[in-house]
Amino acid sequence: MRKVYLDHAATTPLLPEVREAMLPYLNELFGNPSCLHDWGDAAREAMDTAREQVAQLIGADADEIVFTGSGTESNNFAVKGLALAQQGKGKHIVVSSIEHFSVLHSAKTLEKWGFELTEVPVDRHGMVDPDDVRKRIRKDTVLVSIMHASGEVGTIEPVREIARITREHDIPFHTDAVAAAGTIPVNVKELGVDALSLAGNQFYGPKGVGALYIRKGVRIMPLLDGGIQEEGRRAGTENIPAIVGLGKAAELAKNDMGSRVKHLSRLRDRLLAELPAQIGHTVVTGHPEHRLPGNASFCVEFIEGESMLMLLNSQGVAVTSGSACTSKALKASHVLIAMGLSHELAQGSVLFTFGIDNTEEDVDYVLEVMPPIVERLRQMSPLYAKFVKTGKGGR
Amino acid sequence: MPIYSEKVMEHFMNPRNVGEIENPDGIGEVGNPVCGDVMTFYIKVKDNRLEDVKFKTFGCGAAIAVSSMVSEMAIGKTLDEARKITPKLVADELDGLPKNKFHCSNLGAQALNKAIKDYMKKQAKGGKK
Repeated sequence: MRKVYLDHAATTPLLPEVREAMLPYLNELFGNPSCLHDWGDAAREAMDTAREQVAQLIGADADEIVFTGSGTESNNFAVKGLALAQQGKGKHIVVSSIEHFSVLHSAKTLEKWGFELTEVPVDRHGMVDPDDVRKRIRKDTVLVSIMHASGEVGTIEPVREIARITREHDIPFHTDAVAAAGTIPVNVKELGVDALSLAGNQFYGPKGVGALYIRKGVRIMPLLDGGIQEEGRRAGTENIPAIVGLGKAAELAKNDMGSRVKHLSRLRDRLLAELPAQIGHTVVTGHPEHRLPGNASFCVEFIEGESMLMLLNSQGVAVTSGSACTSKALKASHVLIAMGLSHELAQGSVLFTFGIDNTEEDVDYVLEVMPPIVERLRQMSPLYAKFVKTGKGGR
Repeated sequence: MPIYSEKVMEHFMNPRNVGEIENPDGIGEVGNPVCGDVMTFYIKVKDNRLEDVKFKTFGCGAAIAVSSMVSEMAIGKTLDEARKITPKLVADELDGLPKNKFHCSNLGAQALNKAIKDYMKKQAKGGKK
């Protein structure tokens, strides 16, 4: 059976060049970069190179990059660390309602610690209006965190415009660029952000490693206390093989970005156009234009995402869904609900995210296996039966 | 490890008794799309026995497997026997359900029960049969 992996938003495979770059640091070059002997030197050198590679990917200086254990850690570090470092000035933070849980739940934790949280809404395409951010800024606002792009619906947010506003008010602005960095051009200087999160496993690097850009001069409180690794901002012996892999992946992403974006956009645009044309009552979620190149997300009416996912998997196609049934918490995706979708429609969520190894044939295959799966589930669905009989219940 | 037992997967991939019964003797509908699953059960009763049971389900893999299993367990049983089918019995027959799915997806027995009650209400009113 054909196997088609279309869940690159969850994680990407490791590129062979990345794996090769990592191997020596899993073997003979096992040293701890804090040590002053040859083993330590080799590790430190490797880390310096990786830091430079990551910095170049996002147009930062090397000393503005802190390595972390994941995108989630970068987001926790940014949101909690920036807010805590500023709490003398105020205790109000602003985030969007479609942030990743690592931002949203960090903000909720701050709420428990005495901060006030304001959520900025999004429109039906998942887009934040910079004016809505402006309206929510107060005298005591000490942090704004709005994602660069949504891995779930693909929408790319107006980060630069938001940064202009936060700078006017002299408020630190963090953007979660985990879904964007390494996938689309991201330049911290052009964007004007104060902090930016990224993660290796989103652009063909290893899991278990991320980075946080912190603009020079911006104060941040460490999450982890201990030794003085990462200039005292993140204690703990560094995960050198993963950091080396992240660096290599960043270098490749920078070099190949143009061709990757072109390839992914072509596959995405085909699926976005052809799937709804083949399957009635299917809506595209996310922004029609300002959209991540590999992201094709839909809601299929009258059926549920997990059963769709399982039947696609039985045909060798790996996807994900934002339906309530798919989540461990059994709640529909907060992103889809924030975009104003009904719970019923959100249940039909299905997300295809392309990677650089996918081909036109993969799109053909999805278009071949998907319609019968939807038809089969609709024949089983009482909601569809009701719709056919009464014409009611449709979107 | 997959989250579902082989038996759940088997019923999900090959659900028994999907569909509607024309002029059913009883209908039972439970659930709503907010919590995830909606199930409608249709029954045909003859001599106090479930002659036929069919269902339509909107929901996850577990919900579909549960519906299929309930229909299979119910057909041929007397109404009293069928009313003794509990969510726990259904889950056991399916070799277990994931913990977080036990309540939301395991509505099949309830839907069947509702269909039987619907039948009995119609009977009491002196409806058909």
